[in-house]
Amino acid sequence: MKVALFIPCITEHLLPETGISMVKVLEHLGVEVEYVENQTCCGQPAFNSGYHDEVIPMAEHFIELFADKEFVIAPSGSCVGMVRVHYARLPLNEKAKSKYKTLQSKIFEFTEFLVDVLKVKNLGGSFAHRVTYHQSCHLGNELGIVSQPRELIRSIDNIDFVEMENASVCCGFGGTFSYKFEDISLSLVAQKSNYIEATGAEYCIGADSSCLMNIEGYLKAHNMKARTMHIADLLAKSLNL
Amino acid sequence: MQKLTPLNIKKNVAEALSDERLKKAVLNATLSSLDSRENIIKEIPYWEELRQKTNNIKAEVINNLDKYLETFERNCEQNGIIIHWAKDDVSARNTILKIASDNNVKKIVKSKSLTTEEIHLNDALIENGIETLETDLGEYIVQLKGQVPSHLIIPALHLSKEDVGELFTEKLGTEYTNVPEELLLVARKNIRKKFLQADMGISGSNFAIAESGSFVVVENEANAHLTITMPKIHVAVIGIEKLIPNMEALPYFLKLLAPSATGQKSSTYVNFIGGPSRNKYGEGPEEVHVVLVDNGRSRVLHDKQLRETLQCIRCGACLNSCPVYQQIGGHAYGWVYMGPIGAALAPQYLGTHEGKYSPYLCTLCSECYNVCPVKINLPEHLLTLRNQIVEDGETEKVEKAAMKTFSFVATRPKLYNMLTVLPAVMQKMMPEGKSLSVPGYGKERPLPPFDKLGFKKRYQEGKGKK
Repeated sequence: MKVALFIPCITEHLLPETGISMVKVLEHLGVEVEYVENQTCCGQPAFNSGYHDEVIPMAEHFIELFADKEFVIAPSGSCVGMVRVHYARLPLNEKAKSKYKTLQSKIFEFTEFLVDVLKVKNLGGSFAHRVTYHQSCHLGNELGIVSQPRELIRSIDNIDFVEMENASVCCGFGGTFSYKFEDISLSLVAQKSNYIEATGAEYCIGADSSCLMNIEGYLKAHNMKARTMHIADLLAKSLNL
Repeated sequence: MQKLTPLNIKKNVAEALSDERLKKAVLNATLSSLDSRENIIKEIPYWEELRQKTNNIKAEVINNLDKYLETFERNCEQNGIIIHWAKDDVSARNTILKIASDNNVKKIVKSKSLTTEEIHLNDALIENGIETLETDLGEYIVQLKGQVPSHLIIPALHLSKEDVGELFTEKLGTEYTNVPEELLLVARKNIRKKFLQADMGISGSNFAIAESGSFVVVENEANAHLTITMPKIHVAVIGIEKLIPNMEALPYFLKLLAPSATGQKSSTYVNFIGGPSRNKYGEGPEEVHVVLVDNGRSRVLHDKQLRETLQCIRCGACLNSCPVYQQIGGHAYGWVYMGPIGAALAPQYLGTHEGKYSPYLCTLCSECYNVCPVKINLPEHLLTLRNQIVEDGETEKVEKAAMKTFSFVATRPKLYNMLTVLPAVMQKMMPEGKSLSVPGYGKERPLPPFDKLGFKKRYQEGKGKK
């Protein structure tokens, strides 16, 4: 089995370790990994801001690069959601349109791929810390990925997993929302940080680096104890990869 | 009163967020409504089927609205209901003012109706010397405070019981109390006598039933019942999208409405109005008028996807579920309709200029879609509307230029690779651990530093080592 990596912009430029962890976990499971050259951005920031004309060539570029791969995997619910859900609404050229149909069923979010495709039940790692889990919106609401990350967390030995209150409430990131309405965004991330702190967790686990980056920025700036960790990093650490 | 406009959203948001008492009141009320909703729908195993069913029914009506409106008009007239058509707010107000002046109306009681708020009816009536009183407790409170409702179902949701206590003391001269039951008695005493004095009652309607030529008002306080039955003239102000085909369809909607709106199993009262009183000793008004309001709705019909927003039954569940609404409350939206549905209706009813900020007041979290009883895909519609706002040239020129450049670069991988190393290069010039300045990410939540290598380089270097 061979998977093509779809590396989100935030993973590429700000938090590359998460991408590396994802590769390590996939390889640990015997999956062959391929980095697809010439990949750029899926276009989500432009799409969510209403710039469809600008997204169309980006989507066509993405489809061209990835459509003939066996599987396409990204460590992000929101980037996968962009391709799986929103590309379908764009007036793509005929060639891209036909290729997209095959791509749509082959693109997976990392935890979804592990649990639903690879049928991973227990990776056999250990992580002796208290953690909680932030359910990111596009992952949970758009892709319906709710149980998979939690199953993976629970399967880790010695982990103390405590659900936070309102785990699925938005962290306030929202892409360009976070600067268009910075004050509401901050108010939401403050609320999320408080829910995290209330669990006493050392780490808030999540499957979207954008949310985690938003949350960790706030936690650090306000001298709060918890730190964020992408689930790919958690799994890699628990396995000492 | 200052004219409400969603163009003031940014200023309103800043004000709302600085008001801690407001924030607490809104958060408590919305979360508790959501909790009650959850508890009720757990016991309704066919909830999802109901959502699909009502979505289908409403879609059929909205897609054939002309036909249903004609049927409704014909059947109402057979029942002795006088139908008026209002293309906009001015014509709706004038119609109602004329009914009032024709009948020498001096005093009006009203039950809660967002549509009458939408057409700014109260101000027009009062300016014409007609005493106009809101009789729903929440509406009574906001009217007394000189405000508009901040929630579709709970008009005074933004106020605490202390706020109401202070308001009553100031406006009514009653002794201060923050005990809800005592406050209720004060309001009741003031409102009750007005039902007996009023010459005209005004209500909205939750559902207008085409086949039977009647309409329904759902409520909990019986004030709508008194508003409809006590005065000799009744006027119902109904948006043209409120139609359902027949009586058989109604239970599906009622089953969804109460849990979604207030977390109740069912509403306390469901009033059916099928025409004026048919004998002079009977209960009910001598004259019943229905004013069917367009005011932008037929414009919404033009877009086959977006017209789904006309299927809304105004339950307010999307407001309660919205993380943004939970933080800022309803007034910040600068319009009569707030929350996700308000954000979707504003650019459609008011145009993309006046509504240009509204669809962006949303993190795209999709909670509203999860809770919508008639399954309106609000996040998708908000995205479509953002696109229309862009197409109409209503976004900032700088943003447009940035997006064009972004798209140009991202479809040229070599150029993209060259340019996207820039932040990392600039990062190298920054003190250790400090990040570049990015809008929205100041000292309250700094970004992590840009990685000096990036994933691709790290991955390829790692591979080389193996």
